[in-house]
Amino acid sequence: MSDLEAFRRETRAWLEANCPPEMRRPTTSENDTYWGGRNAKFSSEPQRLWFERMRDKGWTVPDWPKEYGGGGLDRAEHKVLREEMAAMGARPPLSSFGIWMLGPALLKYGNDAQKKEHLPKIAAGLIRWCQGYSEPNAGSDLASLQTRAESDGDDYVINGQKIWTSYANYADWIFCLVRTDPAAKKHDGISFILFDMASTGVSTKPILLISGYSPFCETFFDNVRVPKSHVVGTVNRGWDVAKYLLQHERAMISGMGERGVGRPLGQVAADSIGADPQGRLDDAMLRSQISTFEIDEAALSAAAERAVDLAKAGQSHPAFSSAMKYYGTELNKRRHEILMSAGGIDALEWESERSRGGARPRAWLRTKANSIEGGTSEVMLGIVAKRILDLPGA
Amino acid sequence: MPLVLTEEQSMLRDSARGLISDKAPVAHLRTLRDSKDATGFSRDLWKAFADMGFTGLLVPENFGGSGLGYVEAGVVMEEIGRTLMPSPFLSTAVLAASALSRGGSEAQKSAHLPKIADGSLLAAFAVDEGTKHRPLQINLQAVRSGNGFKLSGAKALVVDGHTADLLIVAARSGGAAGERHGLTLFLVDPKAKGVAIERTVMVDAHNAARIEFSDVEVDADHVLGEVDQGGALLDGVLNIGRGAVASEMVGLSEEVFGRTVTYLKERKQFGKLIGEFQALQHRAAELYIDIEITRAAVLKALQTLDGDFDSAGAAVAVAKARAGTTATRAVQEGVQMHGGMGMTDQFDIGFFMKRARVCQELFGDSNYHADQLARMKSY
Ligand SMILES: Cc1cc2nc3c(=O)[nH]c(=O)nc-3n(C[C@H](O)[C@H](O)[C@H](O)COP(=O)(O)OP(=O)(O)OC[C@H]3O[C@@H](n4cnc5c(N)ncnc54)[C@H](O)[C@@H]3O)c2cc1C
Repeated sequence: MSDLEAFRRETRAWLEANCPPEMRRPTTSENDTYWGGRNAKFSSEPQRLWFERMRDKGWTVPDWPKEYGGGGLDRAEHKVLREEMAAMGARPPLSSFGIWMLGPALLKYGNDAQKKEHLPKIAAGLIRWCQGYSEPNAGSDLASLQTRAESDGDDYVINGQKIWTSYANYADWIFCLVRTDPAAKKHDGISFILFDMASTGVSTKPILLISGYSPFCETFFDNVRVPKSHVVGTVNRGWDVAKYLLQHERAMISGMGERGVGRPLGQVAADSIGADPQGRLDDAMLRSQISTFEIDEAALSAAAERAVDLAKAGQSHPAFSSAMKYYGTELNKRRHEILMSAGGIDALEWESERSRGGARPRAWLRTKANSIEGGTSEVMLGIVAKRILDLPGA
Repeated sequence: MPLVLTEEQSMLRDSARGLISDKAPVAHLRTLRDSKDATGFSRDLWKAFADMGFTGLLVPENFGGSGLGYVEAGVVMEEIGRTLMPSPFLSTAVLAASALSRGGSEAQKSAHLPKIADGSLLAAFAVDEGTKHRPLQINLQAVRSGNGFKLSGAKALVVDGHTADLLIVAARSGGAAGERHGLTLFLVDPKAKGVAIERTVMVDAHNAARIEFSDVEVDADHVLGEVDQGGALLDGVLNIGRGAVASEMVGLSEEVFGRTVTYLKERKQFGKLIGEFQALQHRAAELYIDIEITRAAVLKALQTLDGDFDSAGAAVAVAKARAGTTATRAVQEGVQMHGGMGMTDQFDIGFFMKRARVCQELFGDSNYHADQLARMKSY
């Protein structure tokens, strides 16, 4: 038996023994996930147990080095762990912008002190991070951001406004793009900096969304003092860090659909709509939409697998995450349109116990952001056209 | 198994691409079409294919082949798709070789497989009878007679039917149209009494024939596999064919797409390269993404056929459906983005459009496979 098979067996046994049954069901809403941080609360005892057991194994970040609180797994082992978790429907023990976005950027661009300071706290869920990229006049055109960081001795003094900062009102720290050289060309004067949201001069204001939740904020900086040592990478070269982080963000978002977990759409639809005498879903058009969806979903999941294998073989293009982001998010929107359609009138309930507080329509509305957050679909297509296909024009 | 080609598979691709792009660019098909060539493909090229070992790719080593897998067959099909080279590769080296090695008796294998491997025997696989691919509707009758059977009925769109030295014919020996039980595969000599073969000229200038069988006598030892139990063998061979045609469509899509992107970088209108227009950039990017995702699905299907044959049905349905949809989109965008040039016969792009249409129909179009997938998943 190969080492990998032995690893699979041990992993499966460990997960079986340690993942509470409650943590093997799909989450019902964004509020049902554990985000960590200074003010974190567990929504249930099983959630706490599951988080702590995984953290102690280093499996909140299975592929990070052990010295930073990770599991030290290689690619193949990490894949086995993901497969085994998916097979039993195990939830991620910790959701975190630190894990998905900042961590990879720090591993590549952070200095030793920054890695030692921040990575273990991310792994252990001690600090919750938010992302200060977008501004009222810098969305898709992110590099036109105006938040200023002016040099003052060993510090920068930061002034400006961010918007769409997800969970800024719950976050402990922010990774933020600021302009350190207003005279330079727009991509060349930006720095990537980290600071505590409890710093004097930081304030946030939540924004209510169409889903009825308000997970993101306007964020204001009024003379916020940040030590210069908090810049990640080179001063004025923050755009490199920002782009690298976006690749990870996009890859993460592209996989956000419930690919391969949860009940197959065909069965969900059959439960609510029923079958015709031949056993076919009693809505021929919907049946065809579902099977076409499932074909595309299976193809995307093969492509996601292949993207990892290509990267391993050194054959992938750095902009490929934009291709996957585009497809994954458009597909996830389709999934939820189908779920709404299959649910019929029942899926329209907004506030009732029966509908678990309108979980389905709220989730449907949430997916509409998938093709906006982390760069819109149009921007993704632009990146593919220019960077991969090398089509002309700025 | 990683979803990328191994080094050996990449080498196979390079050697296939070398030979095919050199000896059989699209101009080769054009010449055959314009000269109304009676054979419809080049026997010299087939010989070269045999010398390179391609004809025996799926033939086991003890019968003179190289005993490679479906991924390798797909690699060659993809290269064929890039130049639309007409050849009996699908009919003989993929379908017939698979049918014989999966279902044949030792005697049948030794009689035919070595000849497939050395390129001396051409075969055709005759399944469909109606307008659309409906294998369970097979109604060509096989009636017991003496020590064997008598076949009566007709087949439509038999790929390479008019050049075949051997026909593999799916017939109904029992049950009724629509049922799986009662299907039987037969090895039939195309020169046998009662076989009438009519070559039909197809839109894509590839070979196909309509074949009629009237009281064709076939010996019992020409049954491939078991009488009445041919359904499983037929499914298996069809799945291999679907994987192969899906690969051809990936090659075809990528080639049309490559030509289209090149054109976007060359053609000027309104004082700009047309590739600067965002409307076209975004459509090109979407098509690129479609092709990449389809490529992964097709490779997945072929790897599943190699690794876990009996469970490959869903992966194959996904691959064939995706490949059909993607190829259709690729050729349509190809013609559209070439403007008036795309509509001219003198330009190659129309050849791709025609071939894509045929590949879409072969062994079930995208709708067929979407329906199959829904059935497999019971809804
Ligand atoms: C749920 C959610 C969470 C988010 N979380 C965060 C966060 O935590 N931190 C953060 O910094 N930001 C966050 N964002 C912001 C997000 O990154 C931006 O919304 C996004 O980049 C788009 O910018 P915009 O909203 O300003 O739209 P705009 O840039 O104004 O775009 C408007 C429309 O114009 C189109 N468009 C713009 N430029 C082009 C072009 N060149 N070609 C073609 N079409 C174009 C866009 O595609 C879009 O359709 C979040 C957004 C959402 C929806």
